[in-house]
Amino acid sequence: MRILVRMAEVQSAPEMMDVSQAHIDGCGLLSETGLEFAETLAVKGAKVCIPTTLNMGPLDLQNWRRFGVNEDFAAKAIRQAKAYTDMECIPTWTCAPYQSYLTPRFGQQIAWGESNAICYANSVLGARTNRYGDFIDICAAITGRVPRCGLHLKENRKAQILLRLIDIAPAIMRNNAFFATLGHLVGSQAEDKIPVIEGLPVDASSDQLKALCAAAASSGEVALFHAIGLTPEANTLEEAFQGGKPEQVIDIRLSDLQKSRADLSTAKEADMLDLVVLGCPHFSFDEFRELARLIRAQTEKGKMLHPNVKVIVISCQTSYALLQRSDFLDVLTDFGVEITLDTCVFHTPMVAPDTKVIMTNSGKCAYYAPGELGVQVAFGSMAECIASAVKGHIYRKETLV
Amino acid sequence: MERTLVGRPIVSGSAEGTALVSKEPLSFWGGLDLSTGEIIDRRLQRSGAVVTGRVFVFPRGKGSSTSSATLMESIKTDVAPAAIVNLKVDPILALGSIVSDELYHKALPIVVLAEKDFYSIKEDDHLTIEPDGKVLVSRKPSAK
Repeated sequence: MRILVRMAEVQSAPEMMDVSQAHIDGCGLLSETGLEFAETLAVKGAKVCIPTTLNMGPLDLQNWRRFGVNEDFAAKAIRQAKAYTDMECIPTWTCAPYQSYLTPRFGQQIAWGESNAICYANSVLGARTNRYGDFIDICAAITGRVPRCGLHLKENRKAQILLRLIDIAPAIMRNNAFFATLGHLVGSQAEDKIPVIEGLPVDASSDQLKALCAAAASSGEVALFHAIGLTPEANTLEEAFQGGKPEQVIDIRLSDLQKSRADLSTAKEADMLDLVVLGCPHFSFDEFRELARLIRAQTEKGKMLHPNVKVIVISCQTSYALLQRSDFLDVLTDFGVEITLDTCVFHTPMVAPDTKVIMTNSGKCAYYAPGELGVQVAFGSMAECIASAVKGHIYRKETLV
Repeated sequence: MERTLVGRPIVSGSAEGTALVSKEPLSFWGGLDLSTGEIIDRRLQRSGAVVTGRVFVFPRGKGSSTSSATLMESIKTDVAPAAIVNLKVDPILALGSIVSDELYHKALPIVVLAEKDFYSIKEDDHLTIEPDGKVLVSRKPSAK
């Protein structure tokens, strides 16, 4: 509670308020200090007082041996996981909690960590959370209290800048790579403002909006965006701006999207490919279905996974449980896809040290991979990732933008 | 030349060091190497610079909510900057320093300055941070 009160002072919040659900990001990174913090709370007997889901952790708890993770790292990761489950958090272990279990409802006051999930909860669901960092998340879950400020309050949720999509063909907006590309652009354009996007298709899927959120919260700090006719606080422009006027209007044209897409890649066309990473944020069942369809299209032509390329899909137990009850799992494993659950390539040491070039359909993964993994990265649609995995080098048809 | 800027102490403390100035926001997780203190976000102009022991002057945090954990770990392992000077309050960075203070009694001072003052700080200026949020700036006389 002392941490919460000190944070209230930092944020100039006049008082505290209740939250009714939490999502913990602090269980993700394995560090000496993070482990000590979690164990300190758990040993004191702390328990969460509201339903609390867990972000992906630093280890695939069931399959880590298969990915060559060393014993010492695994032992500490297991201790950290135990500290959080001892505090009675729900072992969801996913960075896409909004697609798994206990999806928050419109207007619900929550305390969520994990940048992409914060953005999705606020923007797509209309739940209310600030950007909670590691450690305050569990403090909020234990006490059920947070500082009353920021995005918890309606008046702070009004749009500030208007981003208009100009002359973007509907076919482009149906391509999944469009959403990550747009998100990357929105994150860099919005800076610390709340943007409203005009012109997005109102039937955008959960997975498409997930891709947008993840990219926008990585290139920038977008915790909330509105999209006219699509997100729940923006049926009209007037509603999004709560009767006010935009501070700035920015037009987004095809050429801006092309630049954004190019900025997501550091690797070049035709570079030899080592690894494809899909599932950042965690793959949904529907994305597994799409991947199986793309793989079938290759195998029906007699194509196979290139022997020098690995394909890793990151997901959670919830999606995997559904996958196991479908015909798609065999299609994926027969092709050579490796599926890892509960974790992420950034937090568990599972990317082989000699990996030089990776490809991904995730704006977030593309943003962080050069620094965090020390690799060159190519961004492409899921179809381009699989086509490249078959050819053994980066191959993009530039179907989008 | 010495002057005093008056800022708001977000996390109170004393520190001094030379300024490392970035015009761009940074996500500490994914942006800072915890073993070397190097800025590893390859898209940033200051990629490759080492923050350790410097007063890190940048507009605000962005990106990952794990940045608080990254900052706390860097404080514990002495890889962190000596202090942080921002233009905007970033609760996630403040949190990393506050939890470090609660757990290890080792806080990293964070000060927020007004725009004019913030942009008046130049690379390698010597900065002294005081607990009340004052920032003493002294510039080395030019060698020329």
